[in-house]
Amino acid sequence: MILDVDGVVFNYRSAPVIRDITFDLQPHQILAILGPNGVGKTTLLKCMNAILQPKSGSVLVEGADLLTSDRMEIARKVGYVPQRCEAGRMTVFDAILLGRRPHIRWDVTDADMRIVEAAIRMLRLENLTLRYIDEMSGGELQKVSIARALVQEPRVLLLDEPTSSLDLKNQLEILGIVRRVTTGHNVAAVMTMHDLNMALRYADRFILLKNGVIHAAGSPDVVTPETIEAVYGVPVTVERYNGFRFVVPLEPESA
Amino acid sequence: MHFADGVIPKDYLGYVRKKHLWILGGIVLLFLLLIVSISVGAVGIPPSEVFLSIVNGIIDRIDAFIHPGTVASVSSTDRIVWNIRLPQALAAIVAGIGLSVAGVAMQSILRNPLGSPFTLGISNAGAFGAAVSVILLGAGEMHSTVADAVTLNNPYLTTMVAFVFCLLATAVILLISRIRGASPEVMVLAGVALSSLFTAGTMFLQYFADDTQLAAVVFWTFGDVGRANWQELGIMALVTIAACLFFIANRWNYNAIDAGDETAKGLGVSVERVRDIGMVVAALVSAVIVSFLGVIGFVGLVCPHMVRRLIGDDQRYLIPGSCVMGGVLLLASDTVARVIVAPYILPVAVLTAFLGAPVFIYLLLAGYRR
Repeated sequence: MILDVDGVVFNYRSAPVIRDITFDLQPHQILAILGPNGVGKTTLLKCMNAILQPKSGSVLVEGADLLTSDRMEIARKVGYVPQRCEAGRMTVFDAILLGRRPHIRWDVTDADMRIVEAAIRMLRLENLTLRYIDEMSGGELQKVSIARALVQEPRVLLLDEPTSSLDLKNQLEILGIVRRVTTGHNVAAVMTMHDLNMALRYADRFILLKNGVIHAAGSPDVVTPETIEAVYGVPVTVERYNGFRFVVPLEPESA
Repeated sequence: MHFADGVIPKDYLGYVRKKHLWILGGIVLLFLLLIVSISVGAVGIPPSEVFLSIVNGIIDRIDAFIHPGTVASVSSTDRIVWNIRLPQALAAIVAGIGLSVAGVAMQSILRNPLGSPFTLGISNAGAFGAAVSVILLGAGEMHSTVADAVTLNNPYLTTMVAFVFCLLATAVILLISRIRGASPEVMVLAGVALSSLFTAGTMFLQYFADDTQLAAVVFWTFGDVGRANWQELGIMALVTIAACLFFIANRWNYNAIDAGDETAKGLGVSVERVRDIGMVVAALVSAVIVSFLGVIGFVGLVCPHMVRRLIGDDQRYLIPGSCVMGGVLLLASDTVARVIVAPYILPVAVLTAFLGAPVFIYLLLAGYRR
């Protein structure tokens, strides 16, 4: 077991946002956190690397509790890809090199730069090495952001809506990268998602949040018309095509 | 996760070398400018003599330190160089470096391109402190000589009071951000509010001041690098060097904060703490410079942006680059200020914007260098 989350509670000004979140994850697995806007998906993700400090509960990565570790220690174990990252006047190489921050003492070493180059090749950004990130498209920037998290050499990767605002090709490419990284590098990934069909295509495990608690969790089998309607309030049917499951909304009553 | 097979791309190493060359070039320019600045003035001294006087003076001082009691011969050139022009030129460099590095740090910490010692009300707090010392505590008076029309008969009192108010402004900003969480918006807005408050306070005091006091306050607010003696220069240099080292040591943290607060936290940076401590250091170095030399605007705001246009936003190059640019701009401004309406000597604060604004607007129009 690589990630073990137990009884996490987070309150915002004494009002509970998420409660009693408990789950675990094996290496090579991708977990999709699903649920409507404002249900606490991002909050949960931020609790898992102590960007938000949970009121109670524990988050263990390979047995060590993150919530009592210092920030640098957490950053060596957990990589975080936020929904948005700022793009200043920096080259792709330097922007990814920043991911070595948790390992740098005074200055970068040749080893750091070699790791960055390998990550650049892995994400096929070779032709953009010296491009400035403020001149890049959303998809390219998202790849830089993921590469930055990868060179942290984490055991767990957290991604906050990695495919929102990307076109279809980029969505497939980004999620394909997450898939490749988790299977190839003994890493687990947790991502929040809105696109149920993309989640069903790439994730192994699912958590459906409702009102800040886990409504259903487990394999793709937990994504049923009943759980989706309970969580999102929308009647759907789940169809199979080419070995993938697809969530198809039925006509809403108001239409 | 392992990436064992990477190779460092050659073109990246070339890119890094180019950045280093820019900064090195700036340092060379700064030294040449120092010689030129000392050689021009009411008495012209050839640059070669300036160079020899500086080198000999340093050797003599080391000699005197090792063998106490030896007295070196001092020519009139040496006197002009060592007693008047060198301390003034060095004060310009130190103040330029200090204000510029404070500016670049504040811009990053506050995530705001308008960050500078001015924006946060530190300069205006210093001016208010000077007004208090002159008008309420009686530290200033007016003399009738033309060259130096106003003197402060108790400059140390003025400096101390100005310094106290600079720190007070900083403390208030930090207190507000402590209550509301150290968000950059709160810090900037609190700074703007404080700045206006201190300006209003200064105007209020000036309204009730007599002619001589008013002249002394206005004189103080014209920042002038000619005010510092060797001892004050030493204090400023010490604080500035310490601040530069601190900011350079934090360059990766600022790069991370530039990528967004959440990215920075994900990279292990304690954003709030870095922000608070960085603010204190930036405010301290600004406060020391402002209280010794008066208000010198523009440098802290614009030098970092000039450097951004030339070598980009990466703090590894931006911080040292801004230091060099600050020194160059303020020294160049002071040199021009001393010769432009000779025999009168203008305070440097008048010239920084005159010289800097056109250069900056040109750089804005030219866009980023590739």
